Parts: sequence; C-alpha cells; structure tokens
Amino acid sequence: MKRTGGLLLLGLCAVVLVALPFTSSNYIIRLATFAAMYVALAASWNVIGGMAGYPSFATAAFFGLGAYGAGVVLSKTGTFLVLGWLCGGVAAALFALLVGPAILRLRGHYFAVASLVTAVVLREIINSATNLTGGGMGLNLPPRISDVDLLARQYYAVMVLLAVGAVGAGVLVSRAKIGWALRCIEQNEDAAVVLGIDTLYYKTAAFALSGLIAGITGAVYATWIGYIDPTDVFEDILSVKPIVMVLIGGLGTLYAPVVGALCFLLLEELVWRNILSFHAGVLGLLIVALLVFLPGGLKDLATRLPWARRSPAGEAVRS
Amino acid sequence: MLALQILVNGILLGGIYASIAGGFSLVWGVLNVINILHGSFVVLGAYMAFFAYTLLGIHPYLFVPIAALLLFAIGLAVQYAIVNRVIDAPVLVSLTLTFGLTLFLDNVMLNAFKADFRKVNLRPPLGIIDVSDYLPAIDIIVPVDRLASMAFAILLVALLYWLLRRTSIGRAIVAVRMDRYAASLMGVDTRIIFAVTFGIGAAMAGAAGALLSPIFPISPLASTAYLGKAFVICILGGLGSVTGVLVGGVALGVLESFGAYIFGPEHSLTLSFTLLILLLIFRPTGLLGKRGFI
Repeated sequence: MKRTGGLLLLGLCAVVLVALPFTSSNYIIRLATFAAMYVALAASWNVIGGMAGYPSFATAAFFGLGAYGAGVVLSKTGTFLVLGWLCGGVAAALFALLVGPAILRLRGHYFAVASLVTAVVLREIINSATNLTGGGMGLNLPPRISDVDLLARQYYAVMVLLAVGAVGAGVLVSRAKIGWALRCIEQNEDAAVVLGIDTLYYKTAAFALSGLIAGITGAVYATWIGYIDPTDVFEDILSVKPIVMVLIGGLGTLYAPVVGALCFLLLEELVWRNILSFHAGVLGLLIVALLVFLPGGLKDLATRLPWARRSPAGEAVRS
Repeated sequence: MLALQILVNGILLGGIYASIAGGFSLVWGVLNVINILHGSFVVLGAYMAFFAYTLLGIHPYLFVPIAALLLFAIGLAVQYAIVNRVIDAPVLVSLTLTFGLTLFLDNVMLNAFKADFRKVNLRPPLGIIDVSDYLPAIDIIVPVDRLASMAFAILLVALLYWLLRRTSIGRAIVAVRMDRYAASLMGVDTRIIFAVTFGIGAAMAGAAGALLSPIFPISPLASTAYLGKAFVICILGGLGSVTGVLVGGVALGVLESFGAYIFGPEHSLTLSFTLLILLLIFRPTGLLGKRGFI
C-alpha cells in the first residue's frame, strides 16, 4: 500500500516535470531550474553532511571550482558543453580527493572551519590567476543557442536531470556498503574504526561524490547564467544554503534535499520579490527562526501537529 | 633594516589582531560555539567609534570602554534569547544559526551605514616616531596611532586574563570551560555563565573595533575578514588560552607583513588560510602545543 502510494507520487512528479516546459512561462521555468539546482546541491551536501554527519561547508568550493573548470575549458577550447560540464565536475571531485584525506581527519568545528576556508583560498587563487580565469573581471560564456525560450528549456531539462541523478546517487549510496559505513561513522566514528571500517576511505569517497555533484551543478550554472566571477560562485552563502535546505527537510532522510530545497526556494523567492534591499537580512532571520523553533525540520513539524499520530518514543535530537 | 621594519609592522598589527581574537577564542572555548557574528561585532564597534568621533567628538580610544559596554549588552541579549537555545545542538546548528544572525546584522549595517569605506581621521593626526632620531643605528619608523592601538589592545587582552584569573565570575567561566556538567554540579548557573561569556566576547569585539577604527577602513563588508583572522589566530595560538591569543595574533601579524612583502599584499589572505589548513592538519593544538583553559 505504502509502496504503490510512493510510486504514484513519483509518477505524478514525473508528469509535472515533463509537462512544465510546454505549459509554463519563462519565469516559472527559471524558478524551476533554480529549484532543480538547489535539489542537486542539497543532495550533494547530504552525502557528506547528512549521511556521514560531517559539517561540510565546502559546497561553495566545489560549486565554484566546477563553474571555473567548465568555464576555462569551454572558453579556451570551445568543446562540447557536456564535456565542459564533466570537466568541471571532475575538477571538483579531484580537489575533494586531494583535500579530503587531509581535512577529513578533523572533526566537528575544526572540520567545519577547514572546509569553509577551502572556498576562500580557491576564490583568492582564481582571483589572482588573471590570464586564465579573467580574475575579478569574471568570465563570459556566451550562450550557444540564440533562441531564449529554447535556451531556458534546455537548461531546465539539464538541471532536472542533474537533480534526479543527484537524488538517485544518494539513494544508491545509502543502499550500498558505503551508505552503511557512512551511517556508522555518523553514529560513532570510533566504534566504526573498531568494527574495522576504513573510515577515511569512505569519508573521502563521500566527500568526492559530493564534490562531483556540486561541481557539475556549478558547471551547468556557469553556462546557464553565461557569466561567472569569483565572488559570485564562491559565495559563503552557497555553502550554507544546502545545509539549511536539508535541515528544513529533516536531517538524516533521503527526501530531505528535495522537500527542503523546494521549501527554501519558495521562501527565498517570496523574500526576494517583496523585500529586495533587505533580503539577506530576512533570510538570516528565517534561518535563525528555523533552527530555534523547528530544529528537526518539517519532519518534526509533522509529529508536532495536533492531529498527527504521536510516535511512541518521540524523535530523538541528534547531538 | 627593511626586515626589521617589516617585523615591527607585523608586531604592531599582531597586537591589534590579538584583541580581535580574544573574545572569539573565549566563546569558542567555553560555549563550544563558533561565533560567526564576531566579525560583525568588530565592525559594529568600529562604526560606533566612528559616529562617536564625527558626531560627538569623542576620541576613539576614550570610546573603547563605551563600545565594550554597549556590545556586552547586545551580546548578552543575543546569547540569552537565541544562542542558548541551541547550545547543546550539533556544531552544524550553532554555526548555521550564528551565520543567519550575521546575515541579518550585516544587512542592517549595510542599510544603515551604506557600503562606503569610512575611516576615523584623527585631528590632529598622531603622526609617526622616527626611531633613528633617538637611536641612530636603528632606521625604522613607528606610526603612533598603530602603536597606541596595539598598546590598548594588549591591555584589553591582559584585562581579560585578569578577569578570568582573579574574579569569581572569571573562575566560574574557567570552570564551565573545563567541564560544564561538573561546574553546574558545583552550583554554577551555566546559562548565566554562557550569556556572560558571550557578552564578554562581544565586548572584546566591540572594543577591538573601536581600537582599529583610526587605522583600518570601516565597512560592513569587512566583517568576514575579521572573522577569518580570528579563526587563524585561534588555530595558530591554540584554542582557549589568552597567551595563545597573543602568540597567535603576533604570529599572524608578522606572517602577513612578510607575506605581503614577499608575495604581494593581495596574497596575504591565501597565505594565512593555507597556513591555517596546514596547521589544522599537522598541529591542531596550535603553536604552543597545549590545550589552554585560561
């Protein structure tokens, strides 16, 4: 019964996703593309942050590196878009493989700070490599199709595929051996080591997968928007948004990235449209309110509503 | 001589940096919360000093205690009303929460004060000391405003040390830092101590902001840079010790000065953050190599 319900819901989503580009305005398409991008980023973070429990603030580093990897390759060689996107993703994954073994030895605050700092270092390096990246002037990536409607729909399709791929990768990971290892690490890393789990290996693999997804997302974003500069694609808030999304959805679930990203986008769009000059401040207040009043996300809300069935033991707060 | 001049510049800078990091290190150590707000508190203190000087004519150095008091009240309120609610939550939550608060505060400051870079231009300017006038063998110059700011900054850090060492509230803070559960069993109200500690951290930030207002340009966009420096200093000096903050601050100041000379000033941030990552990996306890409590 539950399974058929789930399948029905999936089918409905698929129908909506396919029908959207044929029926909607460019504004809605743009919004939906952003939604898909957020889902992909949240799913990317969920692998390392949700499953392994490592508070990674490296999403901006991966995103920016992916954007610049693709940007540089595409503007220097003029190769196929897909190849450029892959280059961006691979660049971010390689970076994760390089830095991961070092910073994944750290725990808690120290890991958070180290991962946050990687984005700043990358931004400064790319800022100063002027002849390759254009430095602070940014990098122009002219669109390859002149039809605006078609372009919007093309990137919608690519982002949706990416989001589906990212969520799918999360499902596969959580069902595979690595998913089991990551959950062990999340619960008690020392015990996981005692059990004989090569924790550094699995953490690095999760970090690299997170990097790959965020990197490809950044690459697609770069060609979609058509212009990137270091302050834009390495912005700190890019690292925080996916975390907030997953927290909205409820930490530790596979659907959190999807639900959380959609809710977050909705809130963000409302704030943007109504309070332009103060949107960052309102976003900050929303984040604070969410963490203070709804620490378990929407998952928590469902059990708190008066008509909801009480779970026997209640939801334990992770610490 | 040039090397000596760079060294002196670095030490002057480092003393001021130490006062930026002092409160940050205290809050991190005692509350186990990385306070992303810290950089914004520094900027807020600097703005207060700026307006106190331009509108009321209060000298920034005289304004230091007032900035500290105002920020203490703000910090106390923020901690008691908001941060206390997530004090036992995972790292992720407290970090994201203070990040949200920073977004808010920075946006408020951006709207209220605009993004123009401002600076307190002391009239008359304090000028420079040419050391070769007194000691002909040593050919360096020392800007008086930096020297004075550094002296006050070190005084502030010393005051923090005295507070933690000699006062009963300071001893309670140290006790909570060592073991918050044991401390609460000894009759220490940890909620109050957390709020006071956060307030002291904010006060240090505000005082540091007032001290650096005559030296550095003030802008809401500078808060991240100050936060970054506080991070690096904590890691350099080791978390939670006042001596560590001094050592880390001076080390960062000297490092930045030489780095700016050798690689160019645009790379100083990359340099210090690369150093931070390397230190975290190879020597997470800092240069002093021990976990500090005071």
